[in-house]
Amino acid sequence: MRRFGAVVVGAGPAGMSAALYLARFGINTALVEQLAPGGLLLQTSAVENYPGFPKGIQGYELADFMSEQLSPYTNLSRIQGGLSEFKIAEGRKLLHIDDEWLEADAVIICSGVRYRKLGLPNEDFLLGRGISHCALCDGNFFKGQIVGVAGGGNSAVGESLHLAKIVSRLHLIHRRDAFRAAPFEVDRIKQTTNIVFELNTIITALHGEKQLEGISLKRLDTGKEEFLPLDGLFVFVGFDPVSGFLPEEISRDSQGFIVTDTEMRTNIPGIFAAGDIRAKLCRQIVTAVGEGATAANAVNIYLEHAHG
Amino acid sequence: MAKAVTDSDFDKEVIQSPLPVLVDFWAPWCGPCRAVGPVIEELSVEYEGKMSIFKINVDENPGTSAKYGIRAIPTMIIFNKGQMVDQLTGVQSKTNLKNILSQKVFGE
Repeated sequence: MRRFGAVVVGAGPAGMSAALYLARFGINTALVEQLAPGGLLLQTSAVENYPGFPKGIQGYELADFMSEQLSPYTNLSRIQGGLSEFKIAEGRKLLHIDDEWLEADAVIICSGVRYRKLGLPNEDFLLGRGISHCALCDGNFFKGQIVGVAGGGNSAVGESLHLAKIVSRLHLIHRRDAFRAAPFEVDRIKQTTNIVFELNTIITALHGEKQLEGISLKRLDTGKEEFLPLDGLFVFVGFDPVSGFLPEEISRDSQGFIVTDTEMRTNIPGIFAAGDIRAKLCRQIVTAVGEGATAANAVNIYLEHAHG
Repeated sequence: MAKAVTDSDFDKEVIQSPLPVLVDFWAPWCGPCRAVGPVIEELSVEYEGKMSIFKINVDENPGTSAKYGIRAIPTMIIFNKGQMVDQLTGVQSKTNLKNILSQKVFGE
């Protein structure tokens, strides 16, 4: 069993930032990721709100830069594998990664979030057959066609701006009458002529036997239902925490996000959390990297106290 | 390394393959495709001699993408004796892919 001063679970922006700071503190660190580094950044098209890139940057490019910045540190092990079990026994923290157990003096959980589904029948089958969670990846398959976007937050609005340049018409379907996204971006979608607003509207059914052919909409103000033919539907209706592997004793909020203090400490000594997995209001790349650094600093203090 | 396959040799390499085949439909600008890249490479090493693992660039090979109705990437299609066995879309973990291959290809 390999033993580390700190194990960071997940190599999104929070995890890579935490690993960078831990490595620079001289702590023997493992950064565990089952996929390529980047997390949700890899599904983001243009990132325009991360300071230092005045012209914006593609999510995957920023992910590559963050990953490359970790390469000089010989006290940092990059472990590729999925975390299947995480046990806390008599103060020991044990993590099962693929076929191997790791022991850690401290753990920072940066496992992030995944896009939430609509929760409608046939949705899993139609994913990849017209339904998508990635405008950058799949937008080009709908060139000149009619698509819907579900949601009203930053992802829905930002990705709509990207998609509107590719498709002939875009229906932006949102259950409220106002958007949660930044007003700057909302103004941009209002000026985009091929975006049709379907506000106070929910999706009640998905239609299509081989691929998506349309959706049923319900107008919340009138109760009226109607069918909207669509070639594609991009779903950005929020996020769910990736937390299935977590020990039960780690405190979480009602939606499953990890509760920490301002230093990223959970209720269990030696276990920390940073990034989108935390219970909080603002989920941004810039907050994730800040929390990664804060968590690494808290780990450094914890290890100094624990080992004198 | 997972080998590249194209519109012109897809039939020979995939459909006529004596071994089971997994084909990863991808594009260089697709972040989630990059995310699963390392998983695909690991599978190509682990299953060497037991099955073939190919990648096909959807930008450069629109014919095959259209034929299989690819509307999202990454999409992975598993073939056995020329027949489509399963189709998976989106980022997949190695564990999930191995479980599917065990059940649907190797009958374990």
